[in-house]
Amino acid sequence: MIGLPVVYALAGLVFGAFAILSALDRTNSRRWGNAVFWGLVAASFLAGDRLGDLGNGVLVLGLALIAGLGGLGRGAPLTTSTEERRALATRFGGRLFIPALTLPVVVIFGVLVLKPLQIDGAPLLDPKQATLISLALAAVIATGVGLILLRQPLISPLQEGRRLMDTVGWAALLPQMLAALGAVFALAGVGETIGQLVTDWIPMDARLTAVAVYCLGMAGFTMIMGNAFAAFPVMTAGVALPILIGKFGGDPAVVASIGMLSGFCGTLMTPLAANFNLVPAALLELPDRYAVIKAQIPTALPLLLVNVGLMYVLAFH
Amino acid sequence: MLSLLGVAAVVVGFAARLNPLLVVVVAAFITGVAAGLSPVEVLAAFGKSFNESRFISVAFLVLPMIGVVERAGIQEQARGLMQRLRGVSVGPLLIVYLLFRQGTSALGLTSIAGQTQSIRPIIAPMAEGAVESRSGPLDADGRQDIRATAAATDNVGLFFGEDIFVAIGSILLMVGFLATAGIVIDPIHLSLWAIPTAVAAFLIHGARLLVFDRRMRGRPVA
Repeated sequence: MIGLPVVYALAGLVFGAFAILSALDRTNSRRWGNAVFWGLVAASFLAGDRLGDLGNGVLVLGLALIAGLGGLGRGAPLTTSTEERRALATRFGGRLFIPALTLPVVVIFGVLVLKPLQIDGAPLLDPKQATLISLALAAVIATGVGLILLRQPLISPLQEGRRLMDTVGWAALLPQMLAALGAVFALAGVGETIGQLVTDWIPMDARLTAVAVYCLGMAGFTMIMGNAFAAFPVMTAGVALPILIGKFGGDPAVVASIGMLSGFCGTLMTPLAANFNLVPAALLELPDRYAVIKAQIPTALPLLLVNVGLMYVLAFH
Repeated sequence: MLSLLGVAAVVVGFAARLNPLLVVVVAAFITGVAAGLSPVEVLAAFGKSFNESRFISVAFLVLPMIGVVERAGIQEQARGLMQRLRGVSVGPLLIVYLLFRQGTSALGLTSIAGQTQSIRPIIAPMAEGAVESRSGPLDADGRQDIRATAAATDNVGLFFGEDIFVAIGSILLMVGFLATAGIVIDPIHLSLWAIPTAVAAFLIHGARLLVFDRRMRGRPVA
């Protein structure tokens, strides 16, 4: 059975290559910072399960210190100039989109065809991780297609990948760091404390108030925790189950579903949802790291109010 | 109550635009120590969860392929495409993408598009090209506006499409959580009740894209 370990080994080798190429890049005045940073990420992927909890903690501390003390620079691998790219675009035309389209096609193939496959009664892919494994497989195949179809140098996936990785920089590791912070929050009972505060201080005698507290609470709490999954159990146990469903007889399916989507409105508004909001800002080289969030708030706020209205109208019938 | 100090540290740190990786580590220590853990225990808990969350960073495996097609000119090709499709302006372009992203996510195909594989190499350059082909070169602010709007469109499409799919993580979480509270729900009901919000998200964000389109038309030519 192919599972996550294979994917992690691949990721480890790719980040290891980024580290080595960074060390060799004399155009980057902080090349050793980049080399150690991506090297630590490679070590995490290749040997994370053998480092022990404390070992992993020290590794994360190293990542944070390099990033926090300004140890990361930006490598400048040799690449094509804008003029060359325009000329190449004219030459290749629509063929340029084929590698990018190969990616979704292989992902779909993996999920629909490879996932159900069984060899001697055992599944070919770990069923829980089929999408991630398919994505990794698709990345490898699409890179190969790009190399052959567009006649690019063999080293280019690693050098160009490093160029993009340096563009994202420390933001690349933030989503994983925040997931770890979420675990510490859970350990310390932060969620319960906040849920307790909400239910203790806000009277919820009227149905509309209770609906508003649940929806706005899901959004606000998601903004603090960085994802709606962490907010859902706390807010639902604190407000939805006893009051909306227990006291006012709301339909649990409507309450839960719209409650979760209210949380997603919060996701659009918080820097703690880094993989959706901060990583794209880095990837698109935006000067303002909060530009994506600012573009989302005017959609998220009205939608949150719509959710309050929808739950109020639809949940009690 | 003391454990909320960590939350405060995150809010202050992010607002002051300190390096987020450091802010997160410091917040973890404050939270853990306030809750009575030793610094070593916090570090171990943090490391353990970091290691278990490695799947999040696997998505960067797509970057080498994106880099290769960028080297061969995909951004220039996407931009040039809009020079030829002068009739398509930025608003309708992003609305079509929003519909595509919501629709495919609703079918569970959340990883066939995204910020790395669609927005950076294709959609953002197309959106920039759509504006440039009408009213000339963009300044830095205009470019940032267009790129951020394209990125926002991907997120809105993903978030308010994926919950219509029955087997997505958030639906499974809701079913599991409600079951522990003694409420048994068929997942299909949760996904059906996600549809009204999905429609509202499309209408609100779509309307904003039309307003954005008008603003881009009205901008002074640089």
